[in-house]
Amino acid sequence: MSAIAPPATAETAPPTPNYSEYKVVPARQPWRWVGTVLVAAGVAAIAWSLVTNPRWEWGVVAEWFTAQSVVNGLIETLKLTAISGVLGFVLGFILALMRLSSSPLLVSVSWTFSWIFRSTPLLVQLLLWYNLGYLYEKISLGIPFTDVRFFEAQTTTLISQFAAAVLGLTLNQAAYSAEIIRGGILSVDQGQLEAASALGIPAWKRSTRIVLPQAMRAILPNAFNEIIGLVKGTSIVYVLAYSELFYTVQVIYNRTQQVLPLLLVATLWYVVITSVLSIFQYYIERHFSKGALRTLPLTPLQRARKFFTTHVAASPTKDAR
Amino acid sequence: MSIIAARKDSAAAAKVAEEKQAPASAASPANTTTAQPASVNRPATRGQVDITNVRKSFGTTEVLKGVSLSVPPGGVAVIVGPSGSGKSTLLRTINHLEKVDGGYITIDGELVGYEVRGNKLHELREKDILKQRTHIGMVFQSFNLFPHLTALENVIEAPIVAQKRSKAEARKRGLELLDRVGLKDRADAYPRQLSGGQQQRVAIARALALDPKILLFDEPTSALDPELVNEVLDVIRELAKSGTTLIVVTHEMGFARDVADTVVFMDQGQIVESGTPQDIFANPREERTRSFFSKVIEPAFNI
Ligand SMILES: Nc1ncnc2c1ncn2[C@@H]1O[C@H](COP(=O)(O)OP(=O)(O)OP(=O)(O)O)[C@@H](O)[C@H]1O
Ligand SMILES: [Mg+2]
Repeated sequence: MSAIAPPATAETAPPTPNYSEYKVVPARQPWRWVGTVLVAAGVAAIAWSLVTNPRWEWGVVAEWFTAQSVVNGLIETLKLTAISGVLGFVLGFILALMRLSSSPLLVSVSWTFSWIFRSTPLLVQLLLWYNLGYLYEKISLGIPFTDVRFFEAQTTTLISQFAAAVLGLTLNQAAYSAEIIRGGILSVDQGQLEAASALGIPAWKRSTRIVLPQAMRAILPNAFNEIIGLVKGTSIVYVLAYSELFYTVQVIYNRTQQVLPLLLVATLWYVVITSVLSIFQYYIERHFSKGALRTLPLTPLQRARKFFTTHVAASPTKDAR
Repeated sequence: MSIIAARKDSAAAAKVAEEKQAPASAASPANTTTAQPASVNRPATRGQVDITNVRKSFGTTEVLKGVSLSVPPGGVAVIVGPSGSGKSTLLRTINHLEKVDGGYITIDGELVGYEVRGNKLHELREKDILKQRTHIGMVFQSFNLFPHLTALENVIEAPIVAQKRSKAEARKRGLELLDRVGLKDRADAYPRQLSGGQQQRVAIARALALDPKILLFDEPTSALDPELVNEVLDVIRELAKSGTTLIVVTHEMGFARDVADTVVFMDQGQIVESGTPQDIFANPREERTRSFFSKVIEPAFNI
């Protein structure tokens, strides 16, 4: 009897079916499709209105886009951005180190600097620098409270529109970047500094080789925000009648009365600069994420190449086999 | 340089240690401790550590209450004790990461962090303190590897920056050291691509790169999964035979028993007692020591 009955285990645990031959069907996401269609329709509508509405005067835009005066203005804008951006961040780095130092004097100097420059409007700062000659006729370098002078000049000759613009933008930028850099430095684990000093690495190298490269990850997104803001922020120096991009465009439309198309010219250039900066940002951030991620994601270019080689180029060979 | 060196006795070194320690013990007999004659395999001639009556407070709490300890060249001292007893603080005073409030520490007779001028102790300038630190390697509980540098770059950073060695020379030596901790093939990996045990071994190679006289370990295995503990302890075991002076804070009692010349038991900012592993584990004199070990060791054996 017992020999005829099947073993108990065979009844309670049927063999697992083999799924290895089954085809995989990805989960359906209908709402993603609805969303895509809506966005595409919106984009198409905007593009259509831009192209077909004659009041945008694309012809005028094209005419002025690469005009010599506009290009000159653009170069001035880039120059101001580069100089005050670099100087601003260098000064900001020094201010951040001062603020984080153990010397109460350095801390308060740095704090006061940021306090003053962050609490006065940039416009006021620029006008003050430009009109410094009114406050102080001469600028001289010498020993205070004596007649010894190494250097002396008329303030108005020393502070040109360009100098006032660079001075104003740099000092303002330094105050903001100091805070960004300080935030970045604070985000680095204290143990890093401790390990570096236990290894006998000098303070300056600890900052530049150990802490700063790690702080960069936190600093970069904000720093690029600032730089991109600065590109457009330079347009404020029009108050000094300094012929950067925005002032140039204003001069032109005051003459030709084609206000909107010329504003569009300036806008398009700002878009171009911002786009280029964003590409830089992507690659610089990627550089500094070395070691922070276990494996770096592919860049868009690498992804495109991979897509091309696996889907487009590879398919004929697959067929051939 | 191989870590496995021929075993020889350094009676001379131990004798030096005993002589050095004599005045200190007269000053505060209860707290003074001398490591036993080191079972060194190579006649170690450098790395004598003398801690004399060191005091340290944070705010109003006194964390070190007059600690004295001598470790002879090549000696291996293991410090054990309950959490908060001041073990890490003591270790950090040895390379002047913490300033002492009283007492002093010498390494091969040279004061750490101070110099004698007239009858005063003047604090050294940062530059000189950094130079002293290059003789003292330190390995941290949380590794503290530089995450933006590869394993090899971590190891060669200090030799290049602090000792101004050439890059080629530093790389050659760095690869040797990584080989010594069994990680030559991971030289180009970033710390986050390594397991905890591997990271700690890189950290040990990094500490060795400056060719220190003394190595300090602060709970080097406490952040590791149990199965990774041994690969790190094995490296330290090898180092113990190399003639470098080791001072290790750990909760690994088995390791302490194997490797230590001297086991030091600390509690509430004081050294309660110290001696050979045999003495301390088998016949502790003090009640506090006994009750600590009954808590730490017994459960471990029950598992
Ligand atoms: N920087 C500091 N500021 C204030 N108190 C501190 C500081 N560092 C340590 N302490 C205190 O000093 C005491 C001793 O700390 P320490 O880190 O030396 O203990 P420990 O023996 O290493 O403990 P554990 O085994 O938990 O690591 C503790 O009470 C701790 O809270
Ligand atoms: Mg500790």
